[in-house]
Amino acid sequence: MDGFWRLPANISTFGAEIDSMFLLIAVITGIVFVAVEVVLIFFLIRYRWRPERKAFHTHGNSRLEMIWTGATAVIVVIIGMMSRGLWLDIKDERRFPPAGLEVIVTAKQFEWNVTYPGADNRLGTADDFVTRNQLHVPANIPVHLVLRSEDVIHSFYLPELRLKQDAVPGMDIRAWFEATQPGQYTLGCAELCGLGHYRMKGAMTVHTSADWATWNGQQIAAAAGDAAVTAANAAGSATATDANAPGAAAATTPARTAATTPAAAPDGPTPGLAAADHEHH
Amino acid sequence: MSTVVTTPDAPARQTHGQHQELPFLRRYVFSTDHKIIGIQFLFMSLFFLVLGGLLAMAMRWQLAWPSNPEIPLPGGSLLPETMFTQGIMLPEFYNAAVTMHGTIMVFFAIMPLLVGTWANYLIPLQIGADDMAFPRLNMISFWLAVPAGLLMLASFGVVGGAANAGWTGYTPLSTQDVYSGVKTGQQLWALSLTILGFSSLAGSVNYITTIVNMRAPGMTWFRMPLSTWALFITSILILLAIPVLAGAMILMFFDQTIGTNFYDPTTGGQPLLWQHLFWFFGHPEVYILILPAMGFVSDILANGARKPIFGYAAMVWAIIAIAFLGWVVWGHHMFMSGMNPMLGGAFMITTLMIAVPSAIKTFNWLGTLWRGNIHFHSPMLYALSFVALFVVGGLSGIFLAATPVDIPLHDTYFVVAHIHYVLFGGSLFGIFGAITFWFPKMFGRLMNETLNKVHWLLTFVLFNIVFFPMHMLGSGGMMRRLYDPLQYPHLQDMQDTNVLITVAALGLFTVQLLFAFNFFWSLFRGKVADANPWQANSLEWSAPSPPPHGNWGGALPVVHRGPYEYSAPDRDSDFWLQADPEGGTAHAAH
Amino acid sequence: MSQAAAATLDRSTSGFGVYNLKLGMWVFLLSEVMFFTGLIGAYIILRFANPEQFAEPGVVLNVPLTALNTFILICSSVSMVKAFAEIERGNQKGLRMWLLVTIALGIVFLSIQAYEYSLLAHEGFVPVADAYAAIGRHGGETIVGGPLYGATFYTMTGFHGAHVTIGVLCLMFTAFKAFRGGYSAQNVGGVEIMGLYWHFVDLVWIILFTIVYLI
Repeated sequence: MDGFWRLPANISTFGAEIDSMFLLIAVITGIVFVAVEVVLIFFLIRYRWRPERKAFHTHGNSRLEMIWTGATAVIVVIIGMMSRGLWLDIKDERRFPPAGLEVIVTAKQFEWNVTYPGADNRLGTADDFVTRNQLHVPANIPVHLVLRSEDVIHSFYLPELRLKQDAVPGMDIRAWFEATQPGQYTLGCAELCGLGHYRMKGAMTVHTSADWATWNGQQIAAAAGDAAVTAANAAGSATATDANAPGAAAATTPARTAATTPAAAPDGPTPGLAAADHEHH
Repeated sequence: MSTVVTTPDAPARQTHGQHQELPFLRRYVFSTDHKIIGIQFLFMSLFFLVLGGLLAMAMRWQLAWPSNPEIPLPGGSLLPETMFTQGIMLPEFYNAAVTMHGTIMVFFAIMPLLVGTWANYLIPLQIGADDMAFPRLNMISFWLAVPAGLLMLASFGVVGGAANAGWTGYTPLSTQDVYSGVKTGQQLWALSLTILGFSSLAGSVNYITTIVNMRAPGMTWFRMPLSTWALFITSILILLAIPVLAGAMILMFFDQTIGTNFYDPTTGGQPLLWQHLFWFFGHPEVYILILPAMGFVSDILANGARKPIFGYAAMVWAIIAIAFLGWVVWGHHMFMSGMNPMLGGAFMITTLMIAVPSAIKTFNWLGTLWRGNIHFHSPMLYALSFVALFVVGGLSGIFLAATPVDIPLHDTYFVVAHIHYVLFGGSLFGIFGAITFWFPKMFGRLMNETLNKVHWLLTFVLFNIVFFPMHMLGSGGMMRRLYDPLQYPHLQDMQDTNVLITVAALGLFTVQLLFAFNFFWSLFRGKVADANPWQANSLEWSAPSPPPHGNWGGALPVVHRGPYEYSAPDRDSDFWLQADPEGGTAHAAH
Repeated sequence: MSQAAAATLDRSTSGFGVYNLKLGMWVFLLSEVMFFTGLIGAYIILRFANPEQFAEPGVVLNVPLTALNTFILICSSVSMVKAFAEIERGNQKGLRMWLLVTIALGIVFLSIQAYEYSLLAHEGFVPVADAYAAIGRHGGETIVGGPLYGATFYTMTGFHGAHVTIGVLCLMFTAFKAFRGGYSAQNVGGVEIMGLYWHFVDLVWIILFTIVYLI
């Protein structure tokens, strides 16, 4: 959060490369910016109106045109070539590193539901479990995301990971990251998705690998126990998987008081929100 | 063979200048005179410019003091309960303000200010025609824009309020009211923009035909002022881009009203289809919104520097290159949309290539100033600001074009900063330059120079305070269209920047009142202007101020040279009218 | 300034030798090309994404009937060419007759299209997603295709039909003017641009017929 550009502290493997690319472009454009503005101001002072002066009559200079056309083209082509590889490393599925963990992130107005693979480490099996507005991942392991949306377009955005990817209804979009710093971060929605867009946020916890094993184990046990309860009772119950549970929320997203936030009123259509605390696949 | 004399409408053109006295309604309301229509567009779009500005102020207020009943939005209590309650602006209003600010500014303020106003007013005057090729179609063009604007205004008053899915109207948020809470407002939005599209089309057909066919004797393609060149290329962009938008809007309207499923993913529709169609229109639209301003600025810079424009042909080719590249870059708005990343890589390269013609233009403007004799009249100050600020907008575009860097920056305030440096710092400063430059031609009176210079200085300074820090808000991670930044811990730390921006923005809006005052005061009390107050060269300055109906009093002007023959050697005067026969290269032998 | 002087000056100046009305129509048709390109592009994208929503040729749509209709529209283009040829030779009577033939063929085309729509709607082929229940021409229980088929079909053919309708109205105006002697061998512009528009609409139909009915 410091420095001229206020870039959030980077916690992903490819984030550092994005930052260097960002700073490289900042330096190049900065030089061009200063050069153009200095020349502009110099000309304005040097050639300001004088009654005795007559402007130099010229229609241009082809050699100059060629020089600055060529120079600009070379610079942008270099920027383009440098960017392309990094871009494909981040976004092209064929270049993703093998997954250490794969989760499904299902966006809907206005929450993020994360489906974990459970004990067998495979998605789409009975032991999958779901958390709401909470993304837990281990550090230093490539995590694959499958982004889905149940209603409108949302955008999965984690500034510290330098990661953003839209979740489009009707599409499965894959993304990946590898977090390097354990800690708490805030996941936001970057694409206008309705009246509650501004509060569509989740908490991302990056665990050390030991912590991750503990957390994952607890969730698997809870889900298994819960499945038994559900089977017996056919009714869901509040569990610790809800980020809006008192402890988790206070730690990550300081809730503003009801007096200053009309959050309750403008909910918009979030049918079955309360009932959807967690679900099993 | 002369094409002018053998055309079937040639006889009609000769008689245009005669019928002078028309009843009030046909002269000022349902006028077919291109100058009156231009002025009608000017007033309409200035009204929408103020409205769009007010919406921006409401948004800024919320962003500085989010949902704070201690500091409620002034006048907020005038809004209905569903928009503003107990001193708190609700997201219902905020999202509508975001959407309508963008829509109104792009479609009802900047676009008609650049094209509706100046294409109508300038093209016949700069090419030496007595009017447009199709004056009645021209009138229809304006009178289609008016109902489109009224529909857009009316949408504020319907149940659910105005459209709130963003000016880009991404589906399915915009098509299914169960998601947005707005039904009628979104329908009116689609309908209004479709109608406005017809207005723009009618205009374009006119501008293109007029420029191709009705140039005065001697007005070759490469003797046209760059304003006309830019408006010509812009018209082609409008002609080809608007129908695509209209098609996309019509499909959207069907989804909203009769229940088709073009964009509805639950039954196989494609939300990304909308984005592709919208941006296939939308990126040429970006150039529609900047090219004319580049043209005006070129004319004004040459005039202020008393020098020929540097690299005239390069400038023309750069305009054409920008317009051409504008068709193959739309995907750069969709880098994060889930589009194939290989395609993203290709769009990055085409997008970066646009830096080349943009740089050509910038360097040629600098070349124009080099060894000039620079007058700092107010149009020149606005034009110079255009150059200084457009450079920022252009360079910040490189960050966004480079796909990996776009990942964190996409949909943040960095994009907001970028577009405002181009559309406000660029287009709007160009418009201020154009208004102050051609005001004496339009109304026969000069605007007050001192007031203009004060307005310029304050606008320039405040503009930068408002929009430059937005780059850092964006790289700091602040999303666009965010009702309450305090929701996010990393944005709470930057809230003081949001307050600073809002305070400066309020100042920026207030300063515009100075311009409005000057505009209306000068309309009635300004110093009377002669035909050529700036000692400029192009044809319009050979016509009286304001030009009469038919512009040239019967005989069309004859063009003898290019539009930028300032400070020609061996001449006492430092300007040389295009229509001045003395020493002309094309001798009109009798 | 004399006309001769204007002519010398003008040599390098203005125009492509096409008079305003005609140039304006060409320019307008360019935008029409983009409009239909947009619609056809949307159709192609939707069809590629959802091939199961579109039926084999002839299963839902009545190809022979529409082929006849296509033939009628092509004939109307021929009669339009005739009308223009007649007035170029100064033959007012021929102009009027061929204009009336063109109008009649246009109306027949629209009538057949309306009849086709009603047949299709009766078979459950509608543009509304919730109501789509096309059983195909040969009846049966199973629903053929999906709602995108109906939505794209009616949008594309409907917009073409709207263009034909506008064309017929403009033709009526042209014929009205022709009957009042509004055109002559020296003044053919109105008829010529009418013909340009009409041929364009015809051409669009041939493309639409091919991709909507035959592919």
